[in-house]
Amino acid sequence: MKNPFLPHKMEILDVIPETEIDSTFVLALDKPVKPGQFLELSLPGVGEAPISVSDFDEGRLFVTIRKVGRLTDAIFTLGPGDFLFARGPYGNGFDYQDFWGSDLKVIAGGTGLAPVKKVIKNFIDSDKVSSLQVLLGFKTPEDILYREEVRAWVDSGVATLTVDKAGSDWGGNTGLITGYLKGLDLSRLDKCKFIVVGPPVMIKFVTLELLLLKVPEDNIWVSLERKMSCGLGKCGHCKIDETYVCLEGPVFRFQRARRLLD
Amino acid sequence: MGYQLSREQFDRFLDRLKEDYRVFGPALDEDKGALSDSDRITYKEVSRLGELVLDRKSYFSPKEIFYPLRETLFRFCDGEITVPAIDEKKTAILLRPCDINGIDRLDTIFLENGPSEDFYYKRRRDKVRFFMIECTTGFDSCFCVSMNGGRTDRWDVAFRFGEQILAEVKSEELEPYFAGCAQQPFEPQFVTENSKKVRLPEVADITADVFKHELWSEYTARCIACGRCNTSCITCSCFTMQDAAFGAEGKMGERRRTWAGCHINGFTDMAGGHRFREPKGDRMRFKTMHKINDYYRRFGKHQCVGCGRCEDVCPQYISFARCINTLSDVTRERKSK
Ligand SMILES: Cc1cc2nc3c(=O)[nH]c(=O)nc-3n(C[C@H](O)[C@H](O)[C@H](O)COP(=O)(O)OP(=O)(O)OC[C@H]3O[C@@H](n4cnc5c(N)ncnc54)[C@H](O)[C@@H]3O)c2cc1C
Ligand code: SF4
Ligand code: SF4
Ligand code: FES
Repeated sequence: MKNPFLPHKMEILDVIPETEIDSTFVLALDKPVKPGQFLELSLPGVGEAPISVSDFDEGRLFVTIRKVGRLTDAIFTLGPGDFLFARGPYGNGFDYQDFWGSDLKVIAGGTGLAPVKKVIKNFIDSDKVSSLQVLLGFKTPEDILYREEVRAWVDSGVATLTVDKAGSDWGGNTGLITGYLKGLDLSRLDKCKFIVVGPPVMIKFVTLELLLLKVPEDNIWVSLERKMSCGLGKCGHCKIDETYVCLEGPVFRFQRARRLLD
Repeated sequence: MGYQLSREQFDRFLDRLKEDYRVFGPALDEDKGALSDSDRITYKEVSRLGELVLDRKSYFSPKEIFYPLRETLFRFCDGEITVPAIDEKKTAILLRPCDINGIDRLDTIFLENGPSEDFYYKRRRDKVRFFMIECTTGFDSCFCVSMNGGRTDRWDVAFRFGEQILAEVKSEELEPYFAGCAQQPFEPQFVTENSKKVRLPEVADITADVFKHELWSEYTARCIACGRCNTSCITCSCFTMQDAAFGAEGKMGERRRTWAGCHINGFTDMAGGHRFREPKGDRMRFKTMHKINDYYRRFGKHQCVGCGRCEDVCPQYISFARCINTLSDVTRERKSK
């Protein structure tokens, strides 16, 4: 009998520090994954937690982890050659086809960038979408993830970057991400599709603004975070109404996400 | 085939059965003080008819027998993972129809929901045989008839307990244990009316405004989040996984799962301190919807089977039946407006 609770070992190939408290762990990829899916990563005896797939290529899988507690603290003591344990990938993830032919707008706040990083990379030089615009918000300049890639996106005009607050040495944009929505090119509104990822308050206010701009709910995708234990539709922690976020999510069209009342 | 057994014959039947099965039934929980006010009926391994308590409802449901309150998923030692073995013996449970239906609701989550079967649940559940106790009257707090939970044909053997014991055997595997007993066909009867009745709101009539209705605030004031309604319920299936280390962290330890409940603090806590459904009324609403609304929308049957245990065990005297009826009134009123 198959035992879906058993994790398997994944080797850490590299660790890339991103900020004071976030690092990207490069793992040896051993099965197919989709952007927006998540793994249940663990260290037996310490704990297990859902962590989004942020990127992948031939043989490598990237996860960006924030050091916030028991498990993540312990993971941060590991380095290349060490092993993590993993189950998954779980969840639906993003389907690239949903965005083909669109004017795609990706709006990401903070660590919300992780689950959409691969989507951005996939479409950035692709003729599968008519255009791509990225809006990124972080708390402070020190919180910016994937600095080099983000700088390249900003330099090429694809991305707009803002931070909530910054010291005087910051030459870029400041202010909440919602303030920059009007900078998005919505001239072909019926062609525009939106991906909104970030903390719950950010998702709430950005989607509210988008609806005011007459964006159809159908054309907005969000990725939700809920407490998760099993990732398998058994433990019940992630359930909202009849929906299991670990099974039918974490990526939802807004018209469905809006009806999920906790 | 049907049989008639004397009380002595039943005990001898149990003796034979116990060679191959662990046998569980409702019995007095002696730890809780047999003569005190707080004596409880609970599910225990039994070997004599006299140990069975059949005139009262059990405080806890029988789910613990095959879905333990805490279960080790695996142990690990120096990077090696091992799954603990379980008792290979089969399990016979003497239980009422509502609990058989309740176990169907657990099966649906553990065996059907999601991409795979739950290994730990399945390996114990596969060993379980249902020895149904005929139940035609129910108890004060039961509302199984309203929930369509008091009737089932998913039993292996059905029993009617009296001066003589009648047994109808459906499962071939159990026939040999009745060898030598007098044949007597018997058709189990089911409860047709409870003194307590609930009116279920139409599934489709539950709308977002009902979620925000003030009826839930009563429970914010009364519920103390003890979670007894969750632990006693035959259909509550939620759990949390935890790791424990022995000795030097990372060298030896285990991952286990423990029952969790949506009324209990911490059920929705995420890293960073974000949580949902802080007011207890929201938790009561969440549980109620799962029991009589969203489970139905997902699986086409109600989760609650009307066993009434959540009401029996609540230290705050919160009646689930009354809650359902209030909800029903509220939705009907809104619809007619
Ligand atoms: C689908 C999904 C995808 C995710 N993807 C990622 C990802 O890509 N990267 C990532 O880093 N995280 C991600 N997370 C979050 C991640 O799962 C948690 O950060 C992780 O569970 C933390 O585990 P831990 O053992 O280190 O923390 P724990 O020791 O469990 O600490 C977290 C607990 O401590 C408490 N706590 C911690 N901080 C605070 C605080 N500031 N205030 C109050 N209480 C606090 C909370 O009770 C919380 O439950 C994701 C979560 C989900 C559901
Ligand atoms: S919700 Fe209450 S009445 Fe319904 S099955 Fe659970 S314990 Fe029994
Ligand atoms: S048993 Fe009663 S008080 Fe305890 S959590 Fe359930 S409803 Fe609340
Ligand atoms: S995480 Fe366990 S059911 Fe979704």
